[in-house]
Amino acid sequence: MSPPVPSKILTDDVSLLMVLIDSNPHFWSSIKPHFSFSKFLSHVLAFLNSILLLNQLNQVVVIATGINSCGYVFDSSSGSVSQRAESLLPKLEEFAENDESLSERDDDSGNGVGSSLLSGSLSMALCYIQRVFRSGPLHPQPRIICLHGSPDGPGQYVAIMNSIFSAQRSMVPIDSCVIGIQHSAFLQQASYITGGVYLKPQQLDGLFQYLATVFATDLHSRNFLQLPKPVGVDFRASCFCHKNTIDMGFICSVCLSIFCKHQKKCSTCGMLPNVCRSIFGQAQTRDPSASQQRK
Amino acid sequence: MADKQQQVVVKRARHKSSVKDPGTPGVLKLTKDRFTFMPNDPSSPVKHNVEFRTIKGHKFTKDGTKQALLNLTQDQGGNYIFEFENFPDRNVCKDFVASAIALSGEAGRTVPEKSAVPIQDEQLSAAEMERRIKLLQEDSDLQKLHKQFVIGGILSEAEFWATRKKLLEQNYSRRPKQRVALKNDMWSTKPLADGQIFAEKPAVRQAYLNFVPNKMTEKEFWTKYSRAEYLHSTKNVIAAAAEAAEDEELAVFLKQDDMLVNEARKKIRQVDPTLDMEADEGDDYMHLPIQDHGLPRNDNKDVLDSQYEPYRRSFSQHLNQHAAVVLQGRVIDVELGDTRSVAEALARTKHAELAKDASDVYLDKERLERISRMTEIEDLQAPRDPAVAPLSIKDPRDYFDSQQANAFSTLGDTVSGAKQLKCSVSTREAYCSLKECISEIKFQGLTEPTINSEVAFKVLNGLAQNISSNKYHLGRNPNESVLDSLPKITREELLLHWSSIQELLKHFWSSYPITTKYLLTKATKLKDAMSQIYPKLQEIKESVQSDLRHQVSLLVQPMLQALDAAFAHYDADVQNRSARSGERPNGF
Repeated sequence: MSPPVPSKILTDDVSLLMVLIDSNPHFWSSIKPHFSFSKFLSHVLAFLNSILLLNQLNQVVVIATGINSCGYVFDSSSGSVSQRAESLLPKLEEFAENDESLSERDDDSGNGVGSSLLSGSLSMALCYIQRVFRSGPLHPQPRIICLHGSPDGPGQYVAIMNSIFSAQRSMVPIDSCVIGIQHSAFLQQASYITGGVYLKPQQLDGLFQYLATVFATDLHSRNFLQLPKPVGVDFRASCFCHKNTIDMGFICSVCLSIFCKHQKKCSTCGMLPNVCRSIFGQAQTRDPSASQQRK
Repeated sequence: MADKQQQVVVKRARHKSSVKDPGTPGVLKLTKDRFTFMPNDPSSPVKHNVEFRTIKGHKFTKDGTKQALLNLTQDQGGNYIFEFENFPDRNVCKDFVASAIALSGEAGRTVPEKSAVPIQDEQLSAAEMERRIKLLQEDSDLQKLHKQFVIGGILSEAEFWATRKKLLEQNYSRRPKQRVALKNDMWSTKPLADGQIFAEKPAVRQAYLNFVPNKMTEKEFWTKYSRAEYLHSTKNVIAAAAEAAEDEELAVFLKQDDMLVNEARKKIRQVDPTLDMEADEGDDYMHLPIQDHGLPRNDNKDVLDSQYEPYRRSFSQHLNQHAAVVLQGRVIDVELGDTRSVAEALARTKHAELAKDASDVYLDKERLERISRMTEIEDLQAPRDPAVAPLSIKDPRDYFDSQQANAFSTLGDTVSGAKQLKCSVSTREAYCSLKECISEIKFQGLTEPTINSEVAFKVLNGLAQNISSNKYHLGRNPNESVLDSLPKITREELLLHWSSIQELLKHFWSSYPITTKYLLTKATKLKDAMSQIYPKLQEIKESVQSDLRHQVSLLVQPMLQALDAAFAHYDADVQNRSARSGERPNGF
């Protein structure tokens, strides 16, 4: 990253945009008839170029989210001149190669679409942002946008929640644009908690329009713009033992870890219930189950 | 004799029907839940046996007035006036009555089920009782809950307050109430009974305690004091010194107040040196021609002999001290009779303060630490951490509305959610196609145009509609919720049911796993209470107008679901229990 120039005058609308692109090959092949990865890329690249055109000092960083790894594929501030977004393509190809080599030998054909490593790329984005914060008093306003389509992996619940809370604490909004079939509970919560925008576009071939209208707005302008609001948020949690999404579970009273069954000992903090201070109380997180007949 | 734990108080008293009435002499006996009055004359019809439950308040005359009266008032307007022989008697009864009324007003009735599990009756101190009463008085929602459950016999007092310990503690440490200040009488020459002179001039107070009544009478003391004030007002330092030399008592008034000086020093030490106060031109006292608050400065620096220094007084000193005392307000709360006791009381409080400060070593250490932290050298500082948002604990009511969206989404999305994405391609093939897509763009470039104009138009329309419909449904004000659009009665009912259900569910779930009989009965009681609320919720759903019915049912649904889950669990548990007890004839 180039050293900051103190004589820069940063206006209100200078932003640092961290774009997390979902590069899950299973997801993209499953969605192929409706929307192809190349069309997706062309919309996104046009969007990135527009961001860079909005303000000379805007910065864009792209992180690819694979199924085995995550990696930086584009950084607009590297190099002496601001680069165009197309220069990310070779790097993206490299990343896909690398990701493939990391996957295991046995093929998961017909197993359904796995989840991509959203938690990893969120963490990488947040680390980059922290570095920007510490570079000096003059820095653009960072925000994160997730272009995500793979289903949520309950195994990443803890890591994602941790990233969300650290984003909230650093006042970095997480915007979500969900291009998959179903809503993503994780991203809904992320946008809700950090104050970002959550959107599931109805028409994927108009993706560029959605991106330009909703997600190109900088943080300062958001104070006086009306952006789409989701109707509600899915607050369900997943249990720490099996990583299933649960509605009713047990909670350790010391560390607040969630379990689906009564545990003798809390695996997170190691406290023994009924002996020391932690008591397992059955807590109801949310209950969508069909009603039984009542007494 | 009158200790706090006293169970019975017996005093001679007269019962009066009105203040003027001479009254019937008799004996007043007070116990925790009732009081009885038996007249000396057995044939008199004036006999009383009243429970404190019916007594709502008590009034009394001030100490020192003609009659020592205590008036117990009832809700319906009736009252019982008792006259006592002396004030101490009356005060004992008054305190007892106050605590008795508080106790009975609380009406903490537990369900009379004495099961095998030892549940100690709470030994409540009067302070604890007061705190609870105060909390209940301030929070009407809490009061409603309390009335519904504790007085309705569903929860016990202990259980109700067990989950609210934090509230009680918070309530305890409250800000000090505003106090009445002293009169701002700088210029009066009459020695005021409220001890203002003593508050301002500790030396005078000390002198008073020492001299009166041993060395001189009060009148003489104040005469000398006035003389001293006169001498000061003439600003004739030399004359003051001369008179002081003659009369040693007068000298006490004329000399500088050492105690004041010490106090001032202490106060200065307590000032936080890390306080960052910006100085500006107005703070420059040194170079102004006008000194001493508008009085012209005497430019002749009269170089007096050092022996006269102690007799010099400065007007600004006097003003500052006066201001400090006025702001501090009344240090002593009790109304005291004569000057001597005022002086003594003041002396006592000052001693107490001194003692407290002396023992505050920890405070000192903390202050030093803070000072050293603040005076870091800027150049050597580490780079500051970026700004962070403070932790915010959200109001649970905010999530009340998101629940309805949850219900919404589960109703709607179960269909689409079930449709899992099927990937029939092997991993290798998937990666291949991905890489192909990338190379396609690399060689062909971005599609031109990026987006079809019709599609763009549709998208913009859709977005605009979405935003405006959200605004319509969720309201212009983001804080406005569905609740506000409901009629007031419905809203209140819904919220009341919501908070009762929360409370009941909290206690219900906490009593599982059921290991003792007490827990079993508690769970049963709670379940019965919940099943009573259930039909009420259904009623609300039906009673609302048709255009609001959908929204209300969305709001009510999670409550019903929560109750259903609780019932289901209870039933399952009962079944298990009966299956088990079928094996073991001894039962539990």
